[in-house]
Amino acid sequence: MSETNTLTSTGTIDGVNGNLIRVTFPEAVMQNEVGYAVINNLKLKAEIVRIRGRQCWLQVFEDTAGLKVGDPVEFSGELLSVELGPGLLKSVYDGLQNPLPELAEQCGYFLERGQYIDGLDRTAHWDFSPSVKVGDLVEAGESVGTVPEGMFTHRIMIPFDWRGKFTVKEISEAQTCTVDTVIAKVADAAGEIRDVKLYQTWPVKKSITAFEERLRPTENMTTQVRILDTFFPVAKGGTYCIPGPFGAGKTVLQQITSRRADVDIVIVAACGERAGEVVETLREFPELEDPRTGKSLMERTLIICNTSSMPVASREASVYTGVTIAEYYRQMGLNVLMLADSTSRWAQALRELSGRLEEIPGEEAFPAYLETVIANFYERAGLVRLKDGSIGSVTIGGTVSPAGGNFEEPVTQSTLKVVGAFHGLSRERSDQRRYPSIDPLDSWSKYPSLVDPEKLDQTRRGLREGRDVEQMMKVVGEEGTAMPDFVMYLKAEFLDEVYLQQDAFHDVDGASSAERQIHVFGIIHQILTTPLTFKTRDNARQEFLRWQQMAKDWNRTPMESPEFKTAEEKLLAAVEAHRSTGEEK
Amino acid sequence: MHTLYHGIENIVGNVLMLRAKDVGYGDLAEVSFGDERSLAQVIQLDGDQVYLQIFSGSRGVPTDATVRFLGHGLTVPFSDDLLGRIFDGSGVPRDNRPELDAAPVGVAGPSVNPSQRIIPRKMVRTGIPMIDVFNTLVQSQKLPIFSVAGEPYNELLARIALQAEVDVIVLGGMGLKYDDYLFFRETLEEAGSLSRTVMYVHTAADPTVECLFVPDLCLAVAEKFALENKEVLVLLTDMTNYADAMKEIAITMEKIPSNRGYPGDLYSQLAARYEKAVDFETAGSITVLAATTMPGDDVTHPVPDNTGYITEGQFYLRNGRIEPFGSLSRLKQFVNDKTRDDHRKIMDRMIQLYAAFRSTEEKRSMGFRMTEYDTKLVKFGGLFEDKLMDLRVTLHLEDALDTCWQIMADCFEQDECGMPTELIKQFWPNNPTD
Repeated sequence: MSETNTLTSTGTIDGVNGNLIRVTFPEAVMQNEVGYAVINNLKLKAEIVRIRGRQCWLQVFEDTAGLKVGDPVEFSGELLSVELGPGLLKSVYDGLQNPLPELAEQCGYFLERGQYIDGLDRTAHWDFSPSVKVGDLVEAGESVGTVPEGMFTHRIMIPFDWRGKFTVKEISEAQTCTVDTVIAKVADAAGEIRDVKLYQTWPVKKSITAFEERLRPTENMTTQVRILDTFFPVAKGGTYCIPGPFGAGKTVLQQITSRRADVDIVIVAACGERAGEVVETLREFPELEDPRTGKSLMERTLIICNTSSMPVASREASVYTGVTIAEYYRQMGLNVLMLADSTSRWAQALRELSGRLEEIPGEEAFPAYLETVIANFYERAGLVRLKDGSIGSVTIGGTVSPAGGNFEEPVTQSTLKVVGAFHGLSRERSDQRRYPSIDPLDSWSKYPSLVDPEKLDQTRRGLREGRDVEQMMKVVGEEGTAMPDFVMYLKAEFLDEVYLQQDAFHDVDGASSAERQIHVFGIIHQILTTPLTFKTRDNARQEFLRWQQMAKDWNRTPMESPEFKTAEEKLLAAVEAHRSTGEEK
Repeated sequence: MHTLYHGIENIVGNVLMLRAKDVGYGDLAEVSFGDERSLAQVIQLDGDQVYLQIFSGSRGVPTDATVRFLGHGLTVPFSDDLLGRIFDGSGVPRDNRPELDAAPVGVAGPSVNPSQRIIPRKMVRTGIPMIDVFNTLVQSQKLPIFSVAGEPYNELLARIALQAEVDVIVLGGMGLKYDDYLFFRETLEEAGSLSRTVMYVHTAADPTVECLFVPDLCLAVAEKFALENKEVLVLLTDMTNYADAMKEIAITMEKIPSNRGYPGDLYSQLAARYEKAVDFETAGSITVLAATTMPGDDVTHPVPDNTGYITEGQFYLRNGRIEPFGSLSRLKQFVNDKTRDDHRKIMDRMIQLYAAFRSTEEKRSMGFRMTEYDTKLVKFGGLFEDKLMDLRVTLHLEDALDTCWQIMADCFEQDECGMPTELIKQFWPNNPTD
């Protein structure tokens, strides 16, 4: 929108049903416009979700208790927007970009309704340095200067929705200023002057498209989790989902990813989940060191937190707020990872609204447009080439909490259609304490792995065959299983124990670099493809258990240390002793 | 000053509709007819049509009943005099004592700012070894007790109400059998614990609508106590009845059901209640334990399923015991490193040995030969079940840990028990019992 838009008016409430209000409006309003229901001098933020004749329906982002028929509603003339500018990082926002620590300073322990605070601190000072001069031509998304924000160079860009070319008429010297300072004046083709400040606003439900072109994501986003990077990789600019029943470790996996992922910025959107989990991130991240930069992890993190007891309507807003900020930093040529936990809660918020609007329900009462909404959200991820030639990316990872742990439900299914990787968590594996409990047979990824695809295929086949033998063994017993099959089973177990499982809390084992994964996978593949022979089944089992122990110790040894090589050689020698010569009976 | 309205246009289920002006959403109204009066709450406004949910049920409500709007939402009187009192689901005394004369506080207030929450730090001692040792309850935790109808979950809650080392107990009963209500009252009275307890009880015979307010009343009162520096434990039984009451009302309101007839906002509704559990950095805390019966022992039923996503772990009650497998307190690791040096290790080892005992039992039932070690495991399993798992056992945490060592010493040699040598030196008992 441009600032010439002065479409503001006042309507009156005509009906209240839960967090949905029906309002009669005198002048024009627009779909998804923000309005404020006024009660006792408090303004409750709301968004238009349906217009019919002279009446519109708004979902209120707050508790509606006490609203009366006849109360006024002030329309703002704007869509639901966020402020984009320096100072976003390290923040903790609610779903509508209100900074929670500042809200606490105002209101104490509780989130009182009708309290809104600017997303960006108006008093913070930033050191601006210009990068254009008077007379230069610029367009939307191109920068006119930069400010340092922590370890990043924050680009100050021409607002993304300005059409056409602009001539720089005035540009500020290098100076210390606040986000409200006008640092440039530019003229459009018609000669009209517009102000450029350190920040701009952007409607959250629209994706930012001020880039040159979208590229196909191929580069691995290393998470240092072996089963992910090797078997089910995610590319920078890709999408993935983690469905799993409660207690299978979705949130722990998200937390590990948010710490270790090889990206510049991580945005965590805690959407309708436990507050306690966010608190761990909130209190621990400032103390944790980012292994990539040596600074506090919080420096590269932004938390959006709309936990389960906070107003349902802003749950939906929270994922959009998150992805909009992710797109904004992508425009600076950075790699951004956006984690949404959990998208099911957001879908449930849609279902609640849909029910109140009395729409015809789809499967399990989810609205029929669920799939489109989910697809549109994940499509905001991507790898792009910007106008200055630099590359930026937004990667989206969403958890799904399927009812009863059953993946056949609408949210999981709609998500699977649009994501590039599926990390299905299994209750069975988490009960067996096999962490991370990603099912190695059901999960998949369309992105290229760190390791040789042919070897990977071979390994995967081996795993599947081993599991088949295991199933069969449950029926016919160990005695009824042929020796080669039994070895196949043991090999699959070996792979599972020493490579797929990983101790997230161990300093070395918990963080397996790409280089290490490539090396270790090579060795493991070599062991798995060695033809082996044993005298008895017991002997085979004992030997494999011994190798497992050796390989696990090896996993816990730093790669730089001399012991690493020794442990590797010892393991290979032990396996080699059982190499089949082809002469056995 | 409040206008009186006569005449109700529609009565559908427990919902009355009349035409009125200047009514706030969520406000309370008093509906009177003949000698009866009941509270009702505004649940929808549509032009001048006001929909009221009547607490006492709509049976016998005439179309010419008088309705007076009170101009505020649901409140509950709060003062320290609440302790020792028993109320029903609409806040009316159940104990034949007068109404409480105290300032009312709002019910279902705003949620706590997540940035004001802190990492849990203190355990709640219950004197029940299966909880204190193996799945420690932590202040600000919310935990359900999943059980099948017929399991002694109310007995367990009553024991916790008697023994838990907290300042205030708030007990909420939803759809409670009258006998169970009497059981709670008598047990607490006999033990002299009623004086630190507030009860809000909705029995199965009471109107369904009142069931819906029990958790909110309990949690509003708990919050007030917590802000006055009290450590509060809220016990709720049974949350499945609460969810069923929501289902019943939603369906009479012609809301579109989502899963097995439950309303689409079941998760949000449950979460809004459970998330009231909190530890205020500069004041007290609220801990929530809620019995949740699983229809048909099915944990994927919508109520236990949604609950599992909200709570921080769960206790399974099976065959009269807290099941050691499956039960989980997700917050225990925040506190069990500060209790006693051996706590974590012995907790893990006891469970591993018990798991080994279970597989030995299977082996034995299939007629396989038992080794000497198997015999030891069988002895271990028996002692574990009698001395720790039995719900009647009450032991302080330290005594329970000593009992663990004693059981180990009675069954195994030092080098068989799999405990670290330093701990064995420190804690191995000198005098085995046999």
